[in-house]
Amino acid sequence: MNYKRRLQGIMIAGSVALAGPVFAETPSAAMLGNTCAGCHGTHGNSQGPATPTIAGVSSEYFIDAMMGYKNGDRAATIMDRIAKGYTDEEIKLMAEFFSTQKMERPEQKVDAALAKKGMKMHEKYCEKCHADGGRSTEDDAGMLAGQWTPYLHFTMSDFMSGKREMPKKMKKKVEELQAKGGDAAIEALIHYYGSQK
Amino acid sequence: MSNFNRRDFLKLSGGAVAAASSMSFSSFAIGGASKKVVIVGGGIGGATAAKYIRMADASIEVTVIEPNANYHTCFMSNEVIGGERTIDSIRFGYKGLQAHGVNVVQDSVTAIDAAARTVKTAGGKSFAYDRCIVSPGVDFRWDTIEGYDETVAETIPHAWKAGSQTVTLRKQLEAMKDGGTVCIAPPPNPFRCPPGPYERASLIANYLKHHKPKSKLIILDPKPKFSKMGLFTAGWEKYYGFKSDNALIEWHGTPEGSKDNVLQSLDAKSRTVKTEFNEVTADVLNVIPAQKAGKIAFAAGLTNDSGWCPVDLKTFESTIHKNIHVIGDAAIQAPMPKSGYAANSQAKVCAVAVVSLLNEMAMPQPSYVNTCYSIIAPGDGISVAAVYRYNNETGKIEGVKGAGGLTPGYDKSTMEMRAREEQYAHSWFKNITHDVFG
Repeated sequence: MNYKRRLQGIMIAGSVALAGPVFAETPSAAMLGNTCAGCHGTHGNSQGPATPTIAGVSSEYFIDAMMGYKNGDRAATIMDRIAKGYTDEEIKLMAEFFSTQKMERPEQKVDAALAKKGMKMHEKYCEKCHADGGRSTEDDAGMLAGQWTPYLHFTMSDFMSGKREMPKKMKKKVEELQAKGGDAAIEALIHYYGSQK
Repeated sequence: MSNFNRRDFLKLSGGAVAAASSMSFSSFAIGGASKKVVIVGGGIGGATAAKYIRMADASIEVTVIEPNANYHTCFMSNEVIGGERTIDSIRFGYKGLQAHGVNVVQDSVTAIDAAARTVKTAGGKSFAYDRCIVSPGVDFRWDTIEGYDETVAETIPHAWKAGSQTVTLRKQLEAMKDGGTVCIAPPPNPFRCPPGPYERASLIANYLKHHKPKSKLIILDPKPKFSKMGLFTAGWEKYYGFKSDNALIEWHGTPEGSKDNVLQSLDAKSRTVKTEFNEVTADVLNVIPAQKAGKIAFAAGLTNDSGWCPVDLKTFESTIHKNIHVIGDAAIQAPMPKSGYAANSQAKVCAVAVVSLLNEMAMPQPSYVNTCYSIIAPGDGISVAAVYRYNNETGKIEGVKGAGGLTPGYDKSTMEMRAREEQYAHSWFKNITHDVFG
């Protein structure tokens, strides 16, 4: 890790030199981001099997997710309880921290035949918004390529059951996909994303 | 960049921090000698602090002194006892730390000289430091239960430091006849891993239910209540017949002000424990004694009358000895619990404090988190979480109001969500151990 960059990132709140530490009111982005590592992995790269990687997420997506947890709009097991602990300003700082990290895509067990089928589904129904095989995080897209598959299962289950609201465009495409291939098509998609490096 | 000095950096850190990122800080070490940090204890707190100091400032020399070649995590050791996991899966070495440039020394620290700033070991070595971090975990108050000591604990294990005793307890459960009695005696507050004894009871009960269903598990508790109590007892009712005539788990608590189920004595030969109220002879006995800070904290004079170490909660520097920081279970860090996640979180705050102090830089406001999962039965995980802030006026750590708290009860959630929490519990384990030792 680049020493200069890390030190600067961690010490960013400094304003004057003193013999002892002095405290600003808001913790630094790294101070906040490092508290998440115990569940989401160092710098947000999860070792799995289920907790999602958040390294490399877009700032907009991160803020949207955290605000959703905070307001109770997004289904959660534990993140609703944790997100309430942070101010909007702190959430922005955390977004800055995680959006500037590089996502690692781990080796996962996937069914190669299903993944191949999923690739076709992806190209037809998802690529337009989740560009570059689900790698792109532009336009608030969530990171799909290389995300842990149990988490993708949880997420799709929440979308399908209505616990989490789908964006309009997504809803239309998922309905089309379901009409064509049923739950098996969604399963295939998850295997495709899990197979991506 | 030899023309860029510390003074320039400090100026820059005020208004133009971004500019500093392109500069070299290697000239900062005063007089050219690198700064030295010695960390006593390679558990969750110590190992995390070592790694995060090196990640923040690789010019600092970090030495971890730890008596064992490997560390067995206390968390998830209950799954080993319940037969759901192998002991190998909770064992971690120090190669990861070494890859971060940490000097790992296998030795026991016997003394810390705060005035001379040196650490001495049983192996006869002496290590000089600019800052010392002490993360010794807990030790047991062996004088509280008549008939129980370190030698007896080899056959009647506490298994509260994971490792050989975890395996002993598992083997005893495997060898027990169907229809046997298991007795767990949890410690009084405060102690390492507050929900731990009750997760242990759950996972032992799960084993008994499937393999030795005529058996019984009795908990003799010196407390009137315990961590995640409502969630545990609801789970025990659901899976283990708790409160029914055919209960697999019985819990005997102690009302405030009484001594009903406070362990008084133990007879190792007959495996009998006595409280004021109860006498239980068990086939498998698990006694977890009252606790205090690890031995070196006492030897170094870092403890107060409570048996724990008072610290400044923003830097974790001892309020007794300057230049020595204490983190994790041994420190007085309420309202944070004595948990692995808390130790990991405190270690990161302490690492930033130490790097700031050694570089004579201002330190950012601390932020701390605790997240703690327990498993009631396979497919049923629960959690407690809290986000903490440091109060600049009172010098205390405070849980953020309206945040954190427990998994909802069965009436307010679904088994699908409990199954997710179990998967997140296992993810928590993989991520925290990688964050600490990876």
